[in-house]
Amino acid sequence: MINRIDEKFQELKKGGRKALIFYLTVGYPDMVTFMKLVTALENFGADLIELGVPFSDPVADGLTIQRTSEVALKQKINLKKSFLLAKELSKKSNIPLIFMSYYNPIYHYGLQKFAHDCKKTGISGVIIPDLPPEEATPLKNILKQDNVNLIFLIAPTSPQERMRMISKESQGFIYYVSLTGVTGARRNCPERLNLPCIKFTGSLKNQSVSVLASPSHLKRGRLESIAMGLSLAVPF
Amino acid sequence: MAALSELETAYRKVQKDKTFQKELNGYLSDYAGRPTALYYAKRLTEHFKGARIYLKREDLLHTGAHKINNTLGQVLLAKRMNKKRIIAETGAGQHGVATATAAALLGFKCEVYMGEVDMLRQRLNVERMRLLGTKVIPVKSGTRTLKDAVNETFRDWVTNVKNTYYVLGSVVGPHPYPLMVRNFQSVIGRETKQQILRKEGKFPDALVACVGGGSNSIGLFHPFFHHQNVKFIGVEAAGRGLKTGKHAATLVAGKKGVLHGSFSELLQDENGQVHPTHSVAAGLDYPGVGPEHSYYKSIGRAKYVAVTDREALKAFHLLSEIEGIIPALESAHALAYLAKFAPKLSSNEIIVLCLSGRGDKDLGEVIKDYD
Repeated sequence: MINRIDEKFQELKKGGRKALIFYLTVGYPDMVTFMKLVTALENFGADLIELGVPFSDPVADGLTIQRTSEVALKQKINLKKSFLLAKELSKKSNIPLIFMSYYNPIYHYGLQKFAHDCKKTGISGVIIPDLPPEEATPLKNILKQDNVNLIFLIAPTSPQERMRMISKESQGFIYYVSLTGVTGARRNCPERLNLPCIKFTGSLKNQSVSVLASPSHLKRGRLESIAMGLSLAVPF
Repeated sequence: MAALSELETAYRKVQKDKTFQKELNGYLSDYAGRPTALYYAKRLTEHFKGARIYLKREDLLHTGAHKINNTLGQVLLAKRMNKKRIIAETGAGQHGVATATAAALLGFKCEVYMGEVDMLRQRLNVERMRLLGTKVIPVKSGTRTLKDAVNETFRDWVTNVKNTYYVLGSVVGPHPYPLMVRNFQSVIGRETKQQILRKEGKFPDALVACVGGGSNSIGLFHPFFHHQNVKFIGVEAAGRGLKTGKHAATLVAGKKGVLHGSFSELLQDENGQVHPTHSVAAGLDYPGVGPEHSYYKSIGRAKYVAVTDREALKAFHLLSEIEGIIPALESAHALAYLAKFAPKLSSNEIIVLCLSGRGDKDLGEVIKDYD
């Protein structure tokens, strides 16, 4: 069976459309509102949804996600609960769901069990910012058996060589971090994305590039999707 | 990852570079005060009526702790890498002060992240950093202690990596930090080897040092790694007691996990969330520990134990009163273990204890303890 993310990108490509991806922290601000938000985003036109499973030390994230994670953790959101919520969402909808979390909660949960539960609850892909491809082989192999994509990140600082490697390793799409730094709202987004991977489009042929950026970037380059964090948190 | 590869390449280069090593050694001896004394603590030895106890006096170094060994090395490396700005995290403030010092010495702009809780309990070190021209940035997220200061420093680093060098203070974090910091701190063990041979004509039977992230201990242990007869004992913070959950005894009570880019023991809950820690010694208040210690533990090369706040405070007073040395509360943890260990050894046996820092910074905490 084809992975839901891959299927979605094929579908969009056929229609000449780009993907709109939203990020939400699981269980923020509370479980009921969170579930409503996912449905609302889907109705709004989201093509894929990233579900942030909270971790106590989200070093790749900025203050906003640190705070939403703290709120979610206080409500005892963990992987087990996140899977239950994903299962509920999958019952109602066919939208591809992606987990975004950090390696420790997943490692602690058990890689095998994690992969099985992804499959069972309709999680089609996983993004783990603190797991570089060099360290990812065990998890990648296990996820492969359950047809779950492991999505890697490219940073503006990644050298060419590394971009090439990541574009080969990443499954589903490549997550391009458009800003040097952590997630979070910015007053000024860089006007040009300066996406150096355009230089080696050859190896990117079958890959979609997802970008964390502002909508204006979509018009340029070969981007096939855009990911946005929905800033529903009160500005801190 | 790009930043880490750049750092590793630069570090490998200076490791072989004789001019770099000469420059570093020059600063270590003329500026920081190396070699530090290996002192035979006669009255402490008599007190415990067991092994002969030597103290490796890292407390006598400029800025008052072993941290300067590492910061001089790293800030010199930052200079080689043409970085313009230095950032660091700090818990007790010792690493922050040592970084601020090296930055002032070598003409860098410096900013240090420090948890709000730590800023309160280590106010003196905050003022010292400010005097040295460093900006101290309060960290208000999470536990507001060392772990969150590390998070914030990483966030700053990935954002400003082009012109910024991150001076990490312990043998934790992603490669090459654990390796690099260990190598810069190994001067402790290398000197100890020569000094003890001169004084006793043989190697010690045991090395004792406190373990937070584990930099002073690995610095003492590592040069003795192949000398199997030299026992290694790392002393962690049992805080208010291991059973209370309020401690920082990572190797004694933690489970394997990943934090800040290293795979090691970690204090965490049943969901893999990092556990808040407690220790009277701010420098030990970290839920992770250097991966090399985890390795030493797994192969049985080192033994790790934990002592409580109370035991550490008792040792703090003991050393002050009978040797005239006020130790840092971190080092007092290592001293506290002597009470359980030294009497079991004979007077022919030798213990070397790393007195990693001096206790001036801790007077506030200790006085509070009386109230």
